[in-house]
Amino acid sequence: MTTATAAPARERESLGEFLLRAPAVGPALALIVAIVVFSVATDTFFDLDNLSTVVQQSLVVGTLALGQTLVILIAGIDLSNAASMVVATLIMAKLAAAGTNGFVALLAGVVLTIIVGIFIGGLATRIKLPAFIITLGTFTMLTAVSKLIAGGQAVPVTDGLLQWLGTKRYLFGGIPITYGMTLALLMYLGVWYALTKTAWGKHVYAVGNAPESARLSGIKVNRTVLSVYIVAGLTFGIAAWQALGRTPNADPNQFQLGNLDSITAVVLGGTSLFGGRGSVLGTLMGALVVAVLRSGLTQMNVDGNYQDLATGALLIAAVVVDRIARRQQQS
Amino acid sequence: MRQRSLTAVVLAAVLAASTGCTVERHWGGNTNTGGSGKAKVGLVTKTDTNPYFVELRNAARAAAQANGADFSALAGQFDGDNDGQVRAIENLRQQGANTILITPSSSTGVLKAIKDARDAGVLVIALDTATEPADAVDATFATDNFAAGEGQGAYVKAALKGVPPKLLMVDGTAGSTVDTQRHGGFLKGIGLTDSSPEIKGHTAANGDQSLAQQGMENLLQRSTDINAVYSMNEPMGRGAYAALNARGLTGQIVMGSIDGGCEGVQNVKNGQFAATVMQFPKKMAEQGVLAAVEYAKTGKKPSGFVNTGSAVITDKPLPGVESHDSAWGLQNCWGGKK
Repeated sequence: MTTATAAPARERESLGEFLLRAPAVGPALALIVAIVVFSVATDTFFDLDNLSTVVQQSLVVGTLALGQTLVILIAGIDLSNAASMVVATLIMAKLAAAGTNGFVALLAGVVLTIIVGIFIGGLATRIKLPAFIITLGTFTMLTAVSKLIAGGQAVPVTDGLLQWLGTKRYLFGGIPITYGMTLALLMYLGVWYALTKTAWGKHVYAVGNAPESARLSGIKVNRTVLSVYIVAGLTFGIAAWQALGRTPNADPNQFQLGNLDSITAVVLGGTSLFGGRGSVLGTLMGALVVAVLRSGLTQMNVDGNYQDLATGALLIAAVVVDRIARRQQQS
Repeated sequence: MRQRSLTAVVLAAVLAASTGCTVERHWGGNTNTGGSGKAKVGLVTKTDTNPYFVELRNAARAAAQANGADFSALAGQFDGDNDGQVRAIENLRQQGANTILITPSSSTGVLKAIKDARDAGVLVIALDTATEPADAVDATFATDNFAAGEGQGAYVKAALKGVPPKLLMVDGTAGSTVDTQRHGGFLKGIGLTDSSPEIKGHTAANGDQSLAQQGMENLLQRSTDINAVYSMNEPMGRGAYAALNARGLTGQIVMGSIDGGCEGVQNVKNGQFAATVMQFPKKMAEQGVLAAVEYAKTGKKPSGFVNTGSAVITDKPLPGVESHDSAWGLQNCWGGKK
């Protein structure tokens, strides 16, 4: 009897409800459509090497976006993530250039991004400042720090461990896979597991949905918020390692818009900017969609300004879909 | 009650600040004329962390000290910060500067502030980047960026030894003056136009190494049958090189760049760039300060465009292209010398 009543209800589920239940479906569809269109429109896009390159191009923003997803899930935002990452790349590269062991240099960079996370989380929980303001200030400070450390100049990276994520690769079914891609996949799986299968993950969603109700139901809201910024800080440190695997120099002028790129990936992935709803799977799709667009449009010889136009339009479309889905759910 | 006293304090502070401002500006305006003796030189750069502008600032300070001029340096916060530069100009006028040397963030963004300063008798000289129109300032001491691009283009053409170019172009910020001039100069030097079929693709990377690398990867996916690469500056050249290197294409390609930073010269020495074109920020600064000293003494203003020159740096000199080797380049480059 119960199954009989449940089945028709399921059939009547509106598109909006379906998207709310599975926010990664929209971006996954967009990704598939884009890949099909570019594969038909050019004879160079659908190529195993190119698909591998596109994934490698989205690694840094994708890793930044993983941490950003967690922050946005608790209805926060991190404008300083890319700046924190750039400082970490400079610290790693400078230490290695000065003869420090590569592992120690790597650790120093990651520790820095975690400290930044503790700083932001501390201010957000103790003084109750809006994340937008804290991270805006942190962004400004970190940008200055990166230029001070580098003196405006790039630092060449020669240490094997620091480049390891980009230089080491193996073939999987004919597709070249770098260790960086493998690590990113493992990180996404790890965060997906933590969000969906652990109490911590449920707390994150609850805090993002309604912090007061979460507090009343016994969740330690402050502790959850702080833990999110710390985990996010860790992912930004690993993003720095990914960046050194990709580009041969730590350059203070790189990833100037990395913070916004990571937010774009999160929103394209169907995570709500109001918190409490979204998934890291969607973010992965979101990061890939942007890289696919860039690669495909460049190969179609489309001017860079039109590429930005397309990305922006897609972003707004994603937010519109989110809104419509919510409205349908409410009515 | 508390609210009211707070309002009063804020009002008083605003009044004090605004009257203070007026008085200082008035005073600044009166001391701003030339021919009065001591040069007071103010420098406004695009940013104060880029090694290019650091070199320019240090050279200007040294020249001011050597010539007994007062010197003060301010900067925008980032490349493109017009508002920050306008505030810098206002601050320098308050300090009584009689010459302002400025590297304008945009060719038009600070024109009003420059006009106000000139109307008050301040000598204004553009360094590094010309304004539009060029006569918005008294004079411009800068690299002729079109000529610098032309030098790069001529070298690449010579290096191809008669083989028709198959060219990929890495541009900077689309539409910026320097970008347009270098791009146009390069095409003239190599003997192409924007519509030439020899151009196999282009990408704009905004000065960002990682974007240049991505753009080049995507262009190379279209075709690897190329033999020449233009890069608008050295960081983007390094990004493009990383993409070429990953595909094992560096051997078949002549890559040129522009800037003359010590790191870029090192890239020439290592063989990453076939050539780079060096600019001379030190000359711009020194000549600017000397003009300020002359103005303070005699009231005579310089005028027009003064080209501070550019030089092709390469370790593979070619007939028909005047060049210097990387050893000379490392002695004359700007930024951290290694």
